Amino acid sequence: MAIDWFPLWLSLEVAAIATAISLILGIWLAWLLANKHFRGKDLLDALTTLPLALPPTVLGYYLLVVIGRASWIGQAWEKLTGSSLAFTWRGVVIASTLHAIPLLVKSSRAALENVDRAYEKAARSLGASEWRLFWRVSIPLARRPIAAATALAFARSMGDFGATLMIGADIPGRTQTVAIAIYDAYYSDRPGHTFVARTLVIVISIVTAAIVYLANRLEQRRHSVT
Amino acid sequence: MIRGNVVKRFQPGPESAAFHLDIEFEAGAGVTALYGPSGSGKTLTLDCVAGFVAPDSGRIMLDNRILFDAESGVNLRPRRRSCGYVFQNYALFPHMTLRENLAFAAHGLPRLERHRRIAEQLERFKLTSMAGRYPHELSGGQKQRGSIARALMANPRVVLLDEPGRGLDEALRMDLYTLIHELRDGLKIPVLLVTHDPAECFALAERVLIYDAGRIVHRGSPAELVRNPGTAEVAHLLGGFTVYDAEVIALDPAKQTSRLRLLGEEICGPHLRGCFKGDRVTVCTRPEELIIRTQPGENRIRGDLRQVIERLQSVRACFANGLIVDVTRETWRSLEDAGRQSGWWIEIPERSLRQIGGART
Repeated sequence: MAIDWFPLWLSLEVAAIATAISLILGIWLAWLLANKHFRGKDLLDALTTLPLALPPTVLGYYLLVVIGRASWIGQAWEKLTGSSLAFTWRGVVIASTLHAIPLLVKSSRAALENVDRAYEKAARSLGASEWRLFWRVSIPLARRPIAAATALAFARSMGDFGATLMIGADIPGRTQTVAIAIYDAYYSDRPGHTFVARTLVIVISIVTAAIVYLANRLEQRRHSVT
Repeated sequence: MIRGNVVKRFQPGPESAAFHLDIEFEAGAGVTALYGPSGSGKTLTLDCVAGFVAPDSGRIMLDNRILFDAESGVNLRPRRRSCGYVFQNYALFPHMTLRENLAFAAHGLPRLERHRRIAEQLERFKLTSMAGRYPHELSGGQKQRGSIARALMANPRVVLLDEPGRGLDEALRMDLYTLIHELRDGLKIPVLLVTHDPAECFALAERVLIYDAGRIVHRGSPAELVRNPGTAEVAHLLGGFTVYDAEVIALDPAKQTSRLRLLGEEICGPHLRGCFKGDRVTVCTRPEELIIRTQPGENRIRGDLRQVIERLQSVRACFANGLIVDVTRETWRSLEDAGRQSGWWIEIPERSLRQIGGART
């Protein structure tokens, strides 16, 4: 019985890229929310939380509206690169990113806000620029919870189903991630389909459990060291 | 030289009362203590100088530089202010070794000088052998020295010390005082020291600014303040004073003396400014200047012993009429038995009585 491992590799690849994007974007948003006062801050806060609360299919629907082939962003992208965002792995990356980012923003913001203000004051009075303060003091002091949140964000973006299905449309060999492949295999009538579903379920469970274990370890080390 | 006048208002919050800081201060080279109860605005003053809090109005000058001026809208960033701030909990970066902490502060120095300066500071603060350790591997005294060394790395024009003696045991506090004395003599720049320990003012400061509820209520050298606390409020803030209400019975300007009725007895006092016969005045004494007697006599007031408190270097006797006297342990032992039989008299030497404020008719 040959199992097609493509969905697993696709999921890992998509999750890696989505986590990288979420990390950069998420920390920037977290820093903004933790340190700056500006108009529309509450709105931004709500918007970054929304993907966590919305049904994933609704999120996918909005994504289709915004980056689908009929939208101006989708058309502009298509003109620039020659391929569409919707129904490709790039669209899946965007869906996964949205799925993962609220977690990173929330945890990173809490981590940054938890850094003792005295260290920030000390860094500033010692002549550090805001940039230097951020990279040399705030981020290193918040690194453990941020790393833990990153691990969980990776697991979460690997596991997205609804939004990915909406934007990627379950094209085997192109946009079929592991979560969708499991659903697909379980309900199909191909021979040996339950074996495929069961194998993928076990593999993904092991990977996710390892990530959660790692995240918890990172979280606990923080408490014992500082 | 640092000087400023600062007004800062805080609206009452859900967990804090309204607060209004309104002060004018000046500090030259040497140690100036900011003394007062907690919540009186001492640390807030440091934060205004360092640039962490922008006053509502006023101006702060450091040497010839304007750090803050509400009128012209100047508000230099903390990193441009050349203030060496030593925080209450040291605030050494926990993820850097001591050497890295110092290097962080030396970032602004020329590359070649950096290394030499770090080595020099480590040496000076006796930290060379600890340079590779992280803050949690250092003792309280080492952290203290490390945070001072770090604050001085970039040659600040003013040093701000926020309760440096807090939480240190007696021996470490003495080391700290020695260190601050050396700094003061070596640097020739203003050092603003926040403290709520009067002993620290005496040990370290040339000048004391006494804070109360957002104002500076009195200022002077520690010796001056003890000689003349000025107001009953300051006497209370400095602690140790006993304050009484007295009536002027007679004045002798030629001899520079007066007769006062105090606690129901007539005693001889110093000359009193701006007083007439029959006026009431407030006077105070310090417990170490009164004398315990076991016989009546001139300027002695009878007292019923209420409590005896053993202290580190002395014995404090508290009497029912409010008089408090500190005597050495030997004196107390020699008097104790006689006093318990014959009763106690407290002698108030003429010069130990200090007038507070003016006369009340």
